[in-house]
Amino acid sequence: MWAFLHRFASPPHFYRLSGRMAPWLGWACLGTMLGGLYGGLVAAPPDYQQGESYRIIFVHVPSAWMSLFIYVVMAGASAVALVWRMKLAEVVAVASAPVGASFTFLALVTGSLWGKPMWGTYWVWDARLTSELILLFLYFGVIGLHSAIEDRRTASRAAGLFAIIGVVNIPIIHFSVEWWSTLHQGPTVTKLSAPSIHLSMLVPLLLMAVAFKLFYVTVLLMRARCEVLERERNAGWVRALIAREGSE
Amino acid sequence: MSAFAAIVRRDLILAVRHRAEAANPLLFFLVVVSLVPLGLSPRREVLALIAPGVVWIGALLATLLSLERMFRTDFEDGSLELMLVSPRPLPLIVLAKILAHWLVTGLPLLAAAPLIALLLGLPAGSLPVLLATLALGTPALSAVGSIGVALTVGLRRGGMLLSLLVLPLYVPVLVFAASAVAAAADGLPASGQLYVLGALAALSFSLAPAAAAAALRISMS
Repeated sequence: MWAFLHRFASPPHFYRLSGRMAPWLGWACLGTMLGGLYGGLVAAPPDYQQGESYRIIFVHVPSAWMSLFIYVVMAGASAVALVWRMKLAEVVAVASAPVGASFTFLALVTGSLWGKPMWGTYWVWDARLTSELILLFLYFGVIGLHSAIEDRRTASRAAGLFAIIGVVNIPIIHFSVEWWSTLHQGPTVTKLSAPSIHLSMLVPLLLMAVAFKLFYVTVLLMRARCEVLERERNAGWVRALIAREGSE
Repeated sequence: MSAFAAIVRRDLILAVRHRAEAANPLLFFLVVVSLVPLGLSPRREVLALIAPGVVWIGALLATLLSLERMFRTDFEDGSLELMLVSPRPLPLIVLAKILAHWLVTGLPLLAAAPLIALLLGLPAGSLPVLLATLALGTPALSAVGSIGVALTVGLRRGGMLLSLLVLPLYVPVLVFAASAVAAAADGLPASGQLYVLGALAALSFSLAPAAAAAALRISMS
């Protein structure tokens, strides 16, 4: 197990393998996403209460899931990087941050677009929206810290430590915000605790969730490849690679 | 333990010798809070509604602005490096720095609280709760803030970044402290919020020194 992991995590091996995997994952992502979009936007029936505008959940809910998922992946990778000094884990954490921030932003934008017809306003200080916003700020903190430090390894270790601190704080922030919003406003959010979802809506939703995961992995691999090349630009294998690519 | 006491003592002496600098957070707090009626409305009922939040946002910003001092001067004159190589456990040293920072910036806010309550028209009955939230909340702010300072201490322009890092982490303290004061102003019991604030303070005091120590080791490597 460890030997395999170390071999996989060596930069040249990772570069080769990820180059082969990324296109496959990308095509799989496209397939599931087209299926999910068809199921969600065409095949699924309109909601009896919300009409057609509920269809935004097929983008909104998976991106909200991804925003948390990617943060946890980022913090996990950072913990691995800090404990075992694994270079690849650093790269994964660094490459995840902008993707996660984008999904968080997407979740916020789609959430407020959905809020306009439903709540009559783009923004409500609802518990979930608020903690999503703070999650976005935490992502910005990770990205900002990483870009502020010149040395790449120091930068990713510092940003990784901050990501881990954020993971400890996210539940606390979420519960405090939830408690705060139940105190401040009435029943605007009870609509969210909808009855169990029908299968014709659940299947496209899950398809979209899988598509978003695949998208993340594809983009992560591509970004990580780029990061690995930049970090290892003075290593022998990168020079050999450049020489080979140049001669072709 | 002697190292702990020595660092607290040293930081307090430094603060006393730079009295004007040490007074800045307090003055900032007073100025920010007194700007609010100018910007919003001096009407009693408006002020009563927003006073708890205003006091706490003022305290938050005052702490934030003074955070950099916790490690910055030590970084510049090299004593931070000596603390890192010292055989004493680094989290203990960081805890001493946090305590000294709180004594210099947090404690004066408590002293100013009655004046602030008067300016914003908080009912006199809510003053004990306001003091309790400040006594429990500002140490947590100093402790959590130490992580942010430790992460940005080596950067030339870390100030804005520091607020981006630290302010989201301050949300729970702000929520519970402001709501405790608001509840007390309405004559409701605030013990629940105070218990949570106490828990947050205990949590941040037990975890933040270790995290800040790790952050210092990364920043100084």
